[in-house]
Amino acid sequence: MTAVIEERASLDLSQTPKVPLARLVRVELRKMADTRAGMWLLIAIALITAAIVTIFSFAAPESEHTFLNFMGVTATPQGLLLPVLGILLITSEWSQRTALVTFTLTPVRGHVLTAKVIAALLFGFAAILIATAIAALATLAGGAPDAWQGIDLDDFAKFSLLQTIGVLQGLAFGLVLLNSAGAIVAFLLLPTVFNILAGFWSAMSEARPWVDLAYAQEPLFMDQNLGSDEWLHLASGFAIWVLLPFVVGTIRVLRREVK
Amino acid sequence: MITVEGLSKTYGGFTAVDDVSFVCKPGTVTGFLGPNGAGKTTTMRIMAGLTAPSKGHTTVGGHRYAEIPNPGLHVGVLLDASAQHGGRTGREVLTIGAKTMGLPQSRVDEMLEMVSLSPAESRRRVRNYSLGMRQRLGIAHALLGDPSILILDEPANGLDPAGIHWMRGLLRDYANRGGTVLLSSHLLHEVEVIADEMILIGNGRIVAQGTKADLLQTAGTFVKAVEADMLARALRESGIEAAPSGDAGLRTDAEPVQVGKVAAAAGVTLIELRPADGAGLEEMFLQLTADTQREGVVA
Repeated sequence: MTAVIEERASLDLSQTPKVPLARLVRVELRKMADTRAGMWLLIAIALITAAIVTIFSFAAPESEHTFLNFMGVTATPQGLLLPVLGILLITSEWSQRTALVTFTLTPVRGHVLTAKVIAALLFGFAAILIATAIAALATLAGGAPDAWQGIDLDDFAKFSLLQTIGVLQGLAFGLVLLNSAGAIVAFLLLPTVFNILAGFWSAMSEARPWVDLAYAQEPLFMDQNLGSDEWLHLASGFAIWVLLPFVVGTIRVLRREVK
Repeated sequence: MITVEGLSKTYGGFTAVDDVSFVCKPGTVTGFLGPNGAGKTTTMRIMAGLTAPSKGHTTVGGHRYAEIPNPGLHVGVLLDASAQHGGRTGREVLTIGAKTMGLPQSRVDEMLEMVSLSPAESRRRVRNYSLGMRQRLGIAHALLGDPSILILDEPANGLDPAGIHWMRGLLRDYANRGGTVLLSSHLLHEVEVIADEMILIGNGRIVAQGTKADLLQTAGTFVKAVEADMLARALRESGIEAAPSGDAGLRTDAEPVQVGKVAAAAGVTLIELRPADGAGLEEMFLQLTADTQREGVVA
């Protein structure tokens, strides 16, 4: 304990610097990894990425053992787990009620949310790096003769875009629902709901490219170029399922009473 | 210094906090006392910027809480010791706080030692902590940044008698060194022993506030006579309202000296005549809060 607290009615804040954003980002990264649930999610992302590449290398004919194919198979499991990471980064503050402490230490709530978005994106990029490294190892170990051919910066860009959208969608769903289970279920069910709707409702099957984000994302998985229509579809789905919930959720969190 | 001015908070038609004003001064412990649901926690949440007031405002150290940079270094807040991630260890909870505030890891060890959480306990997950251990952890968290103002909501809740004694000493010492302490409780005794100033709140309204001595003085006179009926009659005739209290005694708002004069004039044999603070603040607390707790009665 320190000696004497200076007696004064008014706090002198001139010597107190603001908390830098980089520090808040480091704290958010730590908060994701310092619980069993969070740690296992991170481990699971790495392990499942390695597992799917291994399975593919045994199951697929050798002619398909190209670097891009190895990369490609990691997209689906990561595309499911990274949004969950984004969701938990937000919702655990509410389900565990730590928001009370977090927002007391950082009363400008927007700073906390910014730090969370940056932390989630950093985890996303780390996952992409892991996928790239594992795909490269698999290619070195058992690739087809032309395994390294046709690799384009475009492919990395599309893969990164896909996972970035996933992370942001997770954050948005977490923000708008503030409930881990609800947000995860909503995220996982959404593409299925569209599948079912499009199956028996012709108006929906026509509108689908514009409103179904998963549908609009499909070209990002495949070795094809996106035309202006595909980009517009993607932008529309992004606006509806990422931007809108993100904005609504953010406004709510900024104003909401923290209990 | 904490100031609360004309603070109100309504939820739909329900008024949780109703025109509350008070000041907590440096070097004092202010007890915030009231039954559960009286509006203590809502008032404290508003102070820490977690709830927006409907009317009025609060400042902490002369500033709006949200305007204080790195507030953990100036204001220690403990609103709910149970609001911690059950999967983190106690040490990790403090580490996150220290890292956010930019403090060295050694500060975490110092605080753990100060609140008597052993190294083994600090490595256990918070979900395995008793409420008393969570309170100790919460107090350690509030003190991490060596703040000059403390806002603690029910910090004694769940502490064992030794823990409560320890906390009193800690807060007394803190205030003696110039710190400002606001602590709430729904138990009078917890606050009575340690607080210099007291604020009594019921149904969102402040029903009494002042120094402990002031509040005791307003509590009137306790008197007991051999001829109890004669005394009651004599007091009534002199225009002094008296109510039965304790074992055949009477309580009145009048000064002891007035009661003594009436008794002497009536030739009544007194066997007890003293300020009513012997009954403690307890009676007053119950009385003050009972009025506002009853349905339909607004003070």
